[in-house]
Amino acid sequence: MSTKRRFRLSLRGREAVCGYLFTLPFTLGFVLMFLHPFLQSVIFSLSKLELGSTGYSLTFTGLSNYHNALFVNADFPRLLLETAGSMFGGVPLILVFSFFAAILLNQRFKGRTVARVIFFLPVILGADIILRMESADYITLFLEEGIVDVDEMTFVGRDQLLGLLMYMKLPEQLLTYIVVGALRVADIIRSSGVQILIFLAGLQSIPSSHYEVAKIEGATGWECFWMVTFPLLSPLIVTNIVYSIVDFFTTPTNPLVVFIEENMFGSAGYGVSMAMSWIYFAVVTVFLLLTAGLISRKVVYMDER
Amino acid sequence: MIKANRRRLYSVLGSAVRAIVIVSICFVILRPVLVKLVSSFMLERDLYDQTVKWIPRSFTLENYRNMFIHMHYTEAFPRTALFAVGIALLQLASCTLVGYGFARFRFWGSNLLFGLVIFTLVVPPQIIILPLYLNLRFFTVWGLIPEPGIDLLGSYWPFILMGISGTGFNNGLFIFIMRQFFKGMPRELEEAAYIDGANPLQTFLRVMLPGAKPALVIVFLFATVWMYNDYFFTLMFMRSGNLLAHRLDIAAHNYAHSIGAFFTGQYISLLNNTGMILFITPLLVLYILMQRYFVESVERTGIIG
Repeated sequence: MSTKRRFRLSLRGREAVCGYLFTLPFTLGFVLMFLHPFLQSVIFSLSKLELGSTGYSLTFTGLSNYHNALFVNADFPRLLLETAGSMFGGVPLILVFSFFAAILLNQRFKGRTVARVIFFLPVILGADIILRMESADYITLFLEEGIVDVDEMTFVGRDQLLGLLMYMKLPEQLLTYIVVGALRVADIIRSSGVQILIFLAGLQSIPSSHYEVAKIEGATGWECFWMVTFPLLSPLIVTNIVYSIVDFFTTPTNPLVVFIEENMFGSAGYGVSMAMSWIYFAVVTVFLLLTAGLISRKVVYMDER
Repeated sequence: MIKANRRRLYSVLGSAVRAIVIVSICFVILRPVLVKLVSSFMLERDLYDQTVKWIPRSFTLENYRNMFIHMHYTEAFPRTALFAVGIALLQLASCTLVGYGFARFRFWGSNLLFGLVIFTLVVPPQIIILPLYLNLRFFTVWGLIPEPGIDLLGSYWPFILMGISGTGFNNGLFIFIMRQFFKGMPRELEEAAYIDGANPLQTFLRVMLPGAKPALVIVFLFATVWMYNDYFFTLMFMRSGNLLAHRLDIAAHNYAHSIGAFFTGQYISLLNNTGMILFITPLLVLYILMQRYFVESVERTGIIG
């Protein structure tokens, strides 16, 4: 009894200690493995790096690398805009598609297991080495081009689709977005694997009792979806937004990433390519903070307190 | 009577639409794999033959034989598999602990710390790769170990250290997934465990972990697949490049070199596609085994709800 009393912390204090202990691996890792290289990369981006036989030397040059990247380099600003643009367009499409696909795969139908296996295949196929090899592969480029009209929807006819949508009197911006999205359908599908998995795991963790209660209260399937499924999946929407954005801007085949990697040891010099990564990083961070901030206000957690 | 018929008609129609949608999405996903699989059985002349599209005219296993030898498959595969699974387990352990810590305990600075988790995820590898390399080359733990520090490169240590500390490749995502998942689990189970006198660690291990099986399986699968596929980090940190991804990258050229012949880009592409099939097959097997596991998970264990 007496030993217990000596160590007694308040309930809140004990909770805090547990929290620190559980998260300790990351805290240590962050300080030991991440912070040092990270701070160094800031210094590198502000300096001129010269690699010699015995080591490297740094000369502080202020913001000139950033100036070079933004105003001297001919390609970087354009690539940055393009990449940011296709990210703005692509991420919502990936989200909608993966949400829809997860719900589809959660239903009961014949061959569901096979369908699930196939839907998540891109997770395996879209990883580092395979992507790198495919981007320069003759057969992939050649044979894919041979049947690429499927992507461009010859069977519906792009113009017919456009005409139909025009007829529906949709606003023009939305219209272009849909058409461009339809053209990128294969891309979208192939980069949604992880997101579908996350949504599906979430769907499966919704207790069936919730639906039973809703059914007893007389809710229709539609109401069940909006009152039970959607709110309970909302935390995962944030997860998926974060993932989609990060995935998009770190894939080795992203044109801007390729460009930065080329510049790393090219004529522009390491410092400039660091500065480019930093500018790119800043743009993505702002985008990420804005979307996550806006959406997490609407998120519902099971555990409200 | 009519009403019942109409309802049945709707459900048949619905299933048909669903089947069409699923099959076409599957086709889009499978096409690159099919292209690889088909071409891996081709001879080079089939590539130039306009009449050959999906079915090779001259069926051959030569490509497999050659790639199997020149990828040093029997030696590189076990090494890579062991490496990938081992590191994945370390990452799984650390990320689950940390994720739980964030999900369930309130402590001062937890939001800041979690922000840092997301931060490690969002910083593109290109930014920190060179400083990280230098950090691992002269590993001094912020000067705790006397200069010049330990040379961790060329060993598995960089991956082990980053694995146990939740700072490895995409580990921020794993922490995020685990946190979201634990947050979504109802609190009653833990409360019951606490009332029964379990401490937080016991509660975590005995009550929360079994319920988190789908998320655990997903994180393990991702971690394994990404370690197995990794080219960028492993090449940078291990020096020797004797993992399967590196072997795959150079196998076709090695083959050409070993017989002193010149291969056309088309033939190299043929060999590479065969190599990619050899490379992804074990992943597919693992994946099919595990997918069965997380599909049944929650519905069966019924621990949630």
